[in-house]
Amino acid sequence: MATRTPISRSIAAHAVLITYTLIALFPVFVIVINSFKSRRAIFNDPLAVPTAETFDLVGYATVLKQGDFFQYFLNSMTVTVASLFFVLLFGAMAAFALSEYRFKGNLLMGLYLALGIMIPIRLGTVAILQLMVASGLVNTLTALVLVYTAQGLPLAVFILSEFMRQVSDDLKNAGRIDGLSEYRIFFTLVLPLVRPAMATVAVFTMIPIWNDLWFPLILAPAEETKTITLGSQVFIGQFVTNWNAVLAALSLAIVPVMVLYLIFSRQLIRGITAGAVK
Amino acid sequence: MKKERVRAVPARKPFRWHIPLFLAPAVLVYTAIMILPLFATLNLSLFNLTEARERVFVGLANFATLFGDPRWADAFWNALANNGWFFVVHMLVQNPIGILLAALLSSPRLRGAAFYRTAIFIPTILSFVIVGFVWKLILSPIWGIAPGMLDFVGLKSLFAPWLGKEEYALTTLALISVWQFVGIPMMLIYAALLSIPDEVLEAAEMDGITGASQFWKIKLPLILPSIGIISILTFVGNFNAFDLIYVSQGALAGPDFATDILGTFLYRTFFGFQLQLGDPHMGATIATAMFGIILVGVCIYLFAIQTRLRRYQF
Repeated sequence: MATRTPISRSIAAHAVLITYTLIALFPVFVIVINSFKSRRAIFNDPLAVPTAETFDLVGYATVLKQGDFFQYFLNSMTVTVASLFFVLLFGAMAAFALSEYRFKGNLLMGLYLALGIMIPIRLGTVAILQLMVASGLVNTLTALVLVYTAQGLPLAVFILSEFMRQVSDDLKNAGRIDGLSEYRIFFTLVLPLVRPAMATVAVFTMIPIWNDLWFPLILAPAEETKTITLGSQVFIGQFVTNWNAVLAALSLAIVPVMVLYLIFSRQLIRGITAGAVK
Repeated sequence: MKKERVRAVPARKPFRWHIPLFLAPAVLVYTAIMILPLFATLNLSLFNLTEARERVFVGLANFATLFGDPRWADAFWNALANNGWFFVVHMLVQNPIGILLAALLSSPRLRGAAFYRTAIFIPTILSFVIVGFVWKLILSPIWGIAPGMLDFVGLKSLFAPWLGKEEYALTTLALISVWQFVGIPMMLIYAALLSIPDEVLEAAEMDGITGASQFWKIKLPLILPSIGIISILTFVGNFNAFDLIYVSQGALAGPDFATDILGTFLYRTFFGFQLQLGDPHMGATIATAMFGIILVGVCIYLFAIQTRLRRYQF
């Protein structure tokens, strides 16, 4: 088919894609290069890459001195990893029950759990806050982990049960004949087989948790429980006029997500194109 | 007698404890943190405080206040209209661009498709805090990147402080949000396009349908279900948006509430701002109204759109 595609059309396709790629990357590029420049250079020539004379790390120095970014980063990491663990474990368990066994109310339970895909958890914020106040969990990371686990479960159950239906019955039945308990079948046979699907779910769950501003702002705004997203928001708000510091803080906030994304991107794209969310 | 007992044993299956055990953790957390608070919020919207700070059942009076009392209604309808426009911009700009990019990416033997895909998806993974400030800086008249670039192509006169002008601010923010999220429709449509079997496309080629007409006549009808899903995801996401506006314009959604959407309105009402105290009951009322709006949208999608879309099984 490609042999019949005229070259001019292929050039046009590349032109559009390159243009859009530039639009997508340009803002990130501008922020990162300017974070390494002196204040004067930032304003004189915003689009130039830092050279020997304009290179300056004063922004990073301010950020590291003023904000407790390491603590924020650790908080974000703790919350994201813990929520991810619970979403994947609980989600896979429920998905297994729904896809493997026929029982009364199976369909209804599936629909009940899928409801959360369409209805955002934020609408329950008023009552969630009251619940957390009543149980003394305000300003703890536990509150965030609980909320994010609940938030991530519906999509995880949905995607994972689609995948688990494809695991061969013969394999599971062979396990049963060999005397494996249902728990062993789940943990030792099925879980390893759906690892690619787990990675897809992990990426989809991780990005909104890492980037969320709403729940950290409401449930855990204390200094020692701030996540990196909330921390950089507050920091930038205080240092609005210190451009070096703002640009450095933005760059520092971009880097961790970017690294995670580049590690997982192949998995993410494979997961989407494999039909997980079609 | 003996025969009967033999038959009775398999009929009484032992209770399969592992099923509830597998389901329990997910159902418990989901119910306790998501479903119950949601209903508690809906319930809270039916109460309010009296002069003596006692909570009383007021029925739908809060809703009457929200929709009719000028102190609340103006802000509510303003937020709703802004939110509607926010959604329209996404539907008109984000989804067509996403479809276009996906169609280009899926053209056979395109070199560097993986690179484009990865790069175009990058804004989607960035947090609202980053996106909001990055664009605020770029559009800032002080820094001058945007005016400088417009100057470069000779259009400097077109520059305005877009985020600060009432008439442009909301559209500008909607476009920033489009920039951030265009990767999602692109990926989903891309996946749908890849799943169209080659035989269908080859048959089309046999009949002389190629290029753009192949896209319009063959591929587009086949990916309509995906476009439907994207539309409803966009709808839910937009009517639940908050972060981008809060980060770039603050809780007051300036200038002069021109960028106020339901999410920021809910936040201000519930938590209070400046001199106004927070009001959980009116906050719950707004959340319930948002719940209703999203529910209506989802129902329209499920019953009116999804059932009419023809799905093709390959």
